[in-house]
Formats: sequence, structure tokens, C-alpha cells
Amino acid sequence: MREWAEYSLQEEGGCTTLVVTGPLLVATIDHLDSALRDMDDPVQFIDISDAYPIDTVGAWVIHRFAEKHSAEILGASEQADVLLEAVQESASTANVKPHVDWFCLRVPEQVGEAVFEFGRGICRVIGFMGAIITAFLGTLRHPRRLRVRALVRQMELVGVTSLPIIGLMSFLIGIVIAQQGAVQLEQFGAETLTVNLVGRITLRELGVLMTAIMVAGRSGSAFAAQIGTMKLTEEIDAMRTIGVSPMEALVLPRILAAVIMMPLLGFFSSCIAIIGGAVIGDVMLGIPFFTFLSRIQEVVPIWDLYVGLVKAPVFGLIVALSGCYQGMQVAGNAEDVGLRTTRAVVQAIFMVIVLDAFFAVFFTEIGWG
Amino acid sequence: MSVEDLHYEGEYPIVIKGLTNAFGDFVVHEDLFLNVRRGEILGVVGGSGTGKSVLMRSIIGLQIPAEGEIEVFGKDITAAEPDEVIGVRNRWGVLFQGGALFSTLTVAENVQVPLKQFYPELEQGLLDEIARYKVVMTGLPEDAASKYPSELSGGMKKRAGLARALSLDPELLFLDEPTAGLDPIGAAKFDELLRELTDTLGLTVFLITHDLDTLYAICDRVAVLADKKVIATGTIPELLESDHPWIQEYFNGPRARAAQSAKTKADMQKADGGS
Repeated sequence: MREWAEYSLQEEGGCTTLVVTGPLLVATIDHLDSALRDMDDPVQFIDISDAYPIDTVGAWVIHRFAEKHSAEILGASEQADVLLEAVQESASTANVKPHVDWFCLRVPEQVGEAVFEFGRGICRVIGFMGAIITAFLGTLRHPRRLRVRALVRQMELVGVTSLPIIGLMSFLIGIVIAQQGAVQLEQFGAETLTVNLVGRITLRELGVLMTAIMVAGRSGSAFAAQIGTMKLTEEIDAMRTIGVSPMEALVLPRILAAVIMMPLLGFFSSCIAIIGGAVIGDVMLGIPFFTFLSRIQEVVPIWDLYVGLVKAPVFGLIVALSGCYQGMQVAGNAEDVGLRTTRAVVQAIFMVIVLDAFFAVFFTEIGWG
Repeated sequence: MSVEDLHYEGEYPIVIKGLTNAFGDFVVHEDLFLNVRRGEILGVVGGSGTGKSVLMRSIIGLQIPAEGEIEVFGKDITAAEPDEVIGVRNRWGVLFQGGALFSTLTVAENVQVPLKQFYPELEQGLLDEIARYKVVMTGLPEDAASKYPSELSGGMKKRAGLARALSLDPELLFLDEPTAGLDPIGAAKFDELLRELTDTLGLTVFLITHDLDTLYAICDRVAVLADKKVIATGTIPELLESDHPWIQEYFNGPRARAAQSAKTKADMQKADGGS
């Protein structure tokens, strides 16, 4: 049971004395604070001779009450006197809440800010893209400036280490497409077209698209978080002062790694998805595994593969670009790193899907349908 | 909960007996003993890597010692149940090296975090009042209360961190290199503030520092960490009598002499002013 600070009122000769007893500590002050806050009767004296121990919160509550009622404090111990004086000196009326504008002013201001920020953001992305191209052309002219070790390391991180998860995902997607496709096609007696369905949709669309989404989640976020943290710890500034261009050392290897690895990963993903489809074909449709695979060669036009492979590096570029860009934009605090990382992934996936729609229409129009 | 649980009256709020800390094979402390007296500012010095911060972290329970006993306010916290430690934990304040302010909260909200955590019953009105006077008490301008840590200078961040460390009115205060990274004027002011607060609030301070000026100006006693142990504790004149090479080098280096003469000068001025 906790012991609380208590009080009682004593009338004597027309004067009211507030007698406070018990420990006047932050841990025990709650009841006394609420009671004194609500008390409006005139009080001339405050007796704290039986209040022990006391801390600054206790002293503050007594001091506040004494000020409000212009009451005199009696029986303060040496320690209490020191504390009362300290809180009196420290009294302040400053606002503890940050200044916030009136609602009707704030909303238009924020909308306007958002619009301008959007415009500035586009300019910055274009500027960033330009800086990457400059760095890339620079390394083409001076190939020795290319960070081969960093590039290989990033290729490993983006490509090799993501093989298991992309493989598993693609295998399951192949299974789902084949199984669901077979159920629907059966109604027309066209189960054998499952081969066309699986082959074309994975090579042309899903293989690369799902891989891009997976890479955005795995590597795009990592790029943003790594570069963002380096920005916070002033590593990027340190690099610049030493004369190392962060564009060449950090951004370019990541972008190149994503651009190089994406077609490989996309192709890998399509192959595994087809294998997944073939497994279902064997189990559910009675199409032997190897027959399924050889039928793929016959029914899938080669340009389906080209369509997929052309898109892949572009998607890789977008994913890496938004990751690195958001990372470089980090400023201020740790919260910003998280915010930017989220934004990098969302932006990358959104742009990938928009561009995929564009590519789909484009390639059909030029006759690679 | 009795008054004894809220206020410590004994002589030694911190007693460390036979503490051993190790990270894998690397032994930081071995059989270390240290007592901290109530009401004193104990400066803890030692070369880099001698485990000053580890020692502090073991006292405040962030590092589980391999062996030994640590008593805080007479309670053995190494063997205690988590529930028992809560009654001790809200009676100390810690200022980390970088301030460790929560960056998404204003200074006032930072000060209120421990209060809300331990005393959820307190009214918002009182919390705001507490935040206001703590901010002023630690030497910040009044309007700093509504600012975010990113809007503060390094010295102000330290003070805001101190305000948060003091928010529960602790009896024990742990400071990890409070004056590191401050300019000499800011550091001297911070020292002054510490001494003043210690005397006013009746604090016991465990102060890790590299700053010789701080040692000379405000520390009552100094504990020297070396060879995995506390090799000496005492006032600076007492330590000077020791013949341990590290202590000799530390207190007789050119920087130590400068700090000492500054202290002597300050004392003489004080004496002149007093007479």
C-alpha cells in the first residue's frame, strides 16, 4: 500500500492553515495535487513541518498553492527551503506545446506545400538521374574508377542471395497459374492450353514483374536504409571531403548491380514458374513433365522472352534508383530513415506496375503480341 | 510502500562487491569493488577501453555481470526479481553520452516520458508544470520546452537530457561524459550547473568523465579504473600520493596541471570575494 501526501485544514483565530503531512514526493503527490488544484477557499498559512521527505515536485505543488493563495509557508526544513527556492527561481509560463497554426490556415498551407514538394521532388529525381548518368559516363571514360568489388558485392546481395526466395515464390506462382488455369480451361475441354497459359504469362509478364516487386522489397529497401543511415552518421559527407564521390562509390554499384541482375533473376523466375506449372501438369492433367516442357518451346513465341527481358533492366533501374534516391534524401533523425525506406519501396513497386502496363500496350502495338 | 522505499538514508547508495564482467573471453572487470557515498559527486576516470561505461551499464542493469554483487539503495539488484528492481529504477536518472533524447518528442514530452511511465496517475496539468520548471532548472531558456531535439544545439541537448534524467527527482544520477563535445565555456557552465543541482537536490552523482577540469572543479572523490579494477578512490590530493604509473601520468600531465592551476585560481578568487 502506497503512502500518500495528505492534508487537513485548521481554523484558528480567523486564519486558515493548510497542514500537509506525509512524503511530498513525485510518487506520492497525486491526490494532494488534485485536491490543492481544486481548492478555492482562502488559506493564509501552509504548515509543512510534518511533510518528509520532499522533492522538487512536492516543493513545486506547495509553491504553486502558496503563490495562488498568497499564503505563507511555515515549518519548512532546511532541505525544503532550498527546494522551494529552487522551484521558485525556475518557475516558467512558457508554452510546452509546439506552435500549431489554426486549422483553416494549416490545411491550405500543407496542401500548397505538398504540391510544391511534389514538383521539387520530380526535379530532384531528374537531377539525381542526371547525376547517375554523369557518373556512369565518367566511369565509361575512366573504367578504372568503377568500383568492381562494390559492384560484385552488390550483385551478390541483389542477385545470388535472393535466388532461394525468388525461386520458391516463382515455383508457387507457376503451380497456382497452372492449377487455376486448368480448372477454368477444363470447362471448354481445353486443358492442354494450360501449357500456353503458363509459358506465355510467366515469360512475358509475371516472372519479371514479381521479381521486380521482390527485389524492391529486398534490395530497394536495403539501399534506402543503408544510404540513409550513412547520411545520418555523416559518412556521406566524410566521403565527399576525402574526394570520393558517393555517386560512384555507393549509388552506381547498386544501380548497375540491379540493372545487371534483374534480367537474370527474371529469367530464372520464369523458368522455375514453368517447372512449377509442369509439376501440376504432370500430377493433375496427366501431361508428362518433359512433354510439358517441350510443348512450351512449341507454343511460346520467342518474342515473349524478349518482352520479358527488355523490361527487366528497366525495372531494376527503377527499383535501385528510388532506393538510392530516397536514401540520399534522408535528413534529420532515425524516423526519417524508416519513412524514406517505406517510400522507396512503395514508389518502386508503383512505378514498376505503371511501366509494366505501358510496356504491355506498347509491345502489343508493335506486333509482339 | 514505506518512506524508506522512497528515500534512501544510508551511507552508501551504491555498493559493488567483486564485480566481474566479460564479453566472451575478453574480461573487462575482474573482482571489482567500489562504494559510492551519499551526496557526493564521484568522478570515474580511466583510459579508453577500461570499462567505465560498462561499469555504469552494469549498475543500471543494462549489462548482466558474470559474477559479483551490486547493491543500489541497499538492494542487491543483480539477484533481484524484475518487480523489485522497479522500485529502484525510478529512483535514478541516467544521462547518456549523446543525450539519447527521443527525437520525435519535444523536450517537454521527453521530460514527461519517465513520469508517465512510472506515475500514470499524474494529471497532464502537473506534468506540464513539472516539464516547465525542470527545463528552466537545467539552464535552458523557457521556450526550449516546446522545441524538438533537432532544433537544439549540442550543449542544449545535454541539458535537455539532464532535465529528462532529473524528471523523476532521482536520488542517484548517472552521467556518461556529460561535457564531451561541449566548448570550454559550455562545459564549465554545465559543471557549475551539476554542482549546484547536486547540492540543491541532494543528489548522489556517478560521473564518468575524461574532462580534467570537471574532475578538479566539481568532483568530491575520484575512482580510477585500470587493470580491470578500481585501483584507487579518493580526493585528487590523495590520488596524487599513489605511485601507480597511470595515475601519475594522468594527474601530472600538462593538461592536468593546467586544470589544477585553473582550479586554484578560481578558489583564490572565491576566497577574495568572501573576505
